Amino acid sequence: MAKIKLALYWASSCGGCEIAQLQIGEKLLKLIEVADIVFWPVAIDVKYKDVEAMPEKSIDVCLFNGAIRTSEQEHMAKMLRDKSKTMISYGACANYGGIPGLGNLYNREMIFNRAYLETQSTDNEKGVTPQTSIDVPEGNLSLPEFFDTVRSLPQTVDVDYIIPGCPPEEKTTWLALEALIQNKLPPKGSIISHNVKAVCDDCPRTKNEKKVKKFYRPFEIEPDQEVCLLEQGILCAGVATAGGCGAMCLKANMPCTGCYGPVKGVTDQGAHFLSAVASIIDSTDPEEIASIIDDIADPAGTFYRYSLPDSLLRRAKVS
Amino acid sequence: MKKITIDPITRLEGHGKIEIFLDENGAVANSYFQVPELRGFEKFSEGRMADDMPQITERICGVCPEAHHVASTKTLDALYHVEPTPTAKKLRELLYSAFYVTDHTTHFYILGGPDFVMGPDAPVAERNIIGVIGKVGLELGGAVINARMRNHHVIELIGGRGIHPVFGLPGGVSKSLSEEERKEIEEIAKDSVEFGKLSLKVFDDIVLKNKEYVDMIVSDAYTHKTYYMGMVDENNKVNYYEGKVRVVDPEGKEFAKFAPAEYLDHIAEHVEPWSYIKFPFLKKVGWKGFVDGKDSGVFRVAPLARLNAADGMSTPLAQEHYERFYDTLGGKPVHHTLAMHWARLIELLNAAEHMLELSRDPEITSTDIRNIPDKTPDEGVGIVEAPRGTLIHHYITDEKGVIKKANLIVATVNNGAAVNMSIGKAAKAVIQPGKEITEGILNRVEMAWRPYDLCLACASHDLSGPSPVPIYVYDSKKNLVNKLSSN
Repeated sequence: MAKIKLALYWASSCGGCEIAQLQIGEKLLKLIEVADIVFWPVAIDVKYKDVEAMPEKSIDVCLFNGAIRTSEQEHMAKMLRDKSKTMISYGACANYGGIPGLGNLYNREMIFNRAYLETQSTDNEKGVTPQTSIDVPEGNLSLPEFFDTVRSLPQTVDVDYIIPGCPPEEKTTWLALEALIQNKLPPKGSIISHNVKAVCDDCPRTKNEKKVKKFYRPFEIEPDQEVCLLEQGILCAGVATAGGCGAMCLKANMPCTGCYGPVKGVTDQGAHFLSAVASIIDSTDPEEIASIIDDIADPAGTFYRYSLPDSLLRRAKVS
Repeated sequence: MKKITIDPITRLEGHGKIEIFLDENGAVANSYFQVPELRGFEKFSEGRMADDMPQITERICGVCPEAHHVASTKTLDALYHVEPTPTAKKLRELLYSAFYVTDHTTHFYILGGPDFVMGPDAPVAERNIIGVIGKVGLELGGAVINARMRNHHVIELIGGRGIHPVFGLPGGVSKSLSEEERKEIEEIAKDSVEFGKLSLKVFDDIVLKNKEYVDMIVSDAYTHKTYYMGMVDENNKVNYYEGKVRVVDPEGKEFAKFAPAEYLDHIAEHVEPWSYIKFPFLKKVGWKGFVDGKDSGVFRVAPLARLNAADGMSTPLAQEHYERFYDTLGGKPVHHTLAMHWARLIELLNAAEHMLELSRDPEITSTDIRNIPDKTPDEGVGIVEAPRGTLIHHYITDEKGVIKKANLIVATVNNGAAVNMSIGKAAKAVIQPGKEITEGILNRVEMAWRPYDLCLACASHDLSGPSPVPIYVYDSKKNLVNKLSSN
């Protein structure tokens, strides 16, 4: 049987997805027995020009991680879509925008001003900022355009499957790769994970009635290690986040922050989380409710930590 | 002018590109190392809760999330004016030591090492980890895989997750260590010390005993006389977790020594229109462009810089190697960029020795892991030595702990100017008029940046592509776990 041709690429991301792919450990050997990796900048010296030269649909499967923040990333997403029979969105940034998607609370100008003009250590009297085309004494140089708005991969190209997580845990990655190796991929559009119901399903903590009078930051109290964190007033996104991760953060005594994305059937993870939190506030007095909610000083970063670009809101209006 | 483009540069984490301009004779006129990407963490951190920053900023780099997580957690200690408990501090350091072992292992065997072990002109298909395993032997290949996987497991035991840990809190950590977990970590630490010794022997056998390589290391093409920066403890020994930042001049004399909160007196960042990364320099010397020497504020960070900026190593075996390093290369400071590979392995051994000490510390399993902050947050700076160099986090918040301003100077960025210079000097040396520009020549240009390990991804199990050699994987007891061959 011909080997599967596999491409792996990163866009606006941190490299954690590459490490996650390697963490499948010795199972990687099984993968390599049936697959040739034709493009993987982290590890092999194949350049962009080599990919451009590949025929359309000559790659069987592309695992694409990272959000779309620049014109180069958009170009690579479209090119790899054209070259690949199956396009898999891998990890929170590609799936929903991820942490870089928080950039949608601002725009390009604000981000550039902070990075290149304002930070305390920047020494830039002339107000130089990076340009897409730059004349230097020897000729011309170019940089990709930095978009105003971060998009997810499915907002950019047609995607066949989603593998959730920031990064996907080893077992989630292997679930998808095993399906690939055995040619048993699920119907197009599926999220590939052990559990697409809530993290609470995976969580070993006991759950009782949730009635909350005050919200706490994780460092403000020493929570009971056996009891649901949300019940103890710590904002845990587990109620609105797909499981399959094994609730690892909860086992380390920290709340879920939502990296596996929405549970099955929900389009807006943040709205789901927000409504769950609203429903447990133990008060009917509007003033008291307002004061309890006031404890949540960063709603955007709390409810939409990994999913702002893919949410109904998509971005903040800024002027 | 004719332009040669290397895009993307490979065997790294992240995106990078090199443009080389040739004059009419075919000689190198100039070259540019460009980073074509920005994500804007310093802006979108505004409005976030400061205590979310350890988990937000670790997404800057999934290869060294531990460095950002720990730097950010230390920034929270300063911001909330709280000291971590002794056990919390030791747990952070224990995780950090295991992280150093895995990270340095990855760089030497997967990213940078193949150039030396296989040779700079080896065919592309062999110049990678597969080729390395074939050359160094299958037993060592298994040891490499084990060192990476087992130390990642340590990170998960302590930090909650193997990639993107979650345990950092102002004043402590979220989870204590059980005696069972401690024992397991002690065993891994013992093996890591042996692995560190073995790796230095490999370097000795393959690189130092090969005159051609030694000549290349000390050659002018890969040498720059710059300032060096690194964190040191109270005895001026290399320290990755805490201490003061020390800077030595190109002659090796102490130029500055400062506490984290004073970093703005010493470091400033220059902006160029042709790259999305900035170029830090020593404020008291000034930005003089991409040039080396005492009058230029360009400084370097990462393993070679740390050794140059310190008076020695904190553990006995690493100290022996530290002395040998300088004896062999002609005294301090060493300016040879390629010697960074050797310095990295000395640090690997140092981190493993420190990990073993911490795993045997009677306090390490205490459940006294948190001091709950009771002061109002305002401003904090936290510095660690990431494997790739000095890493600075600086937050200013309102009284609720909401970030108003964040400034981040990331390890690789500190080396930005030096990397650009190193590429330029190597390009000028290896690309010559009338001589064909082969893939191997261009790889020798890429070899000028690889020692810096540009915050670049770790690929411990990079067994990609057709395998020219069968690969055997052994567990710690040398039982054959798996075999891979291309047939």
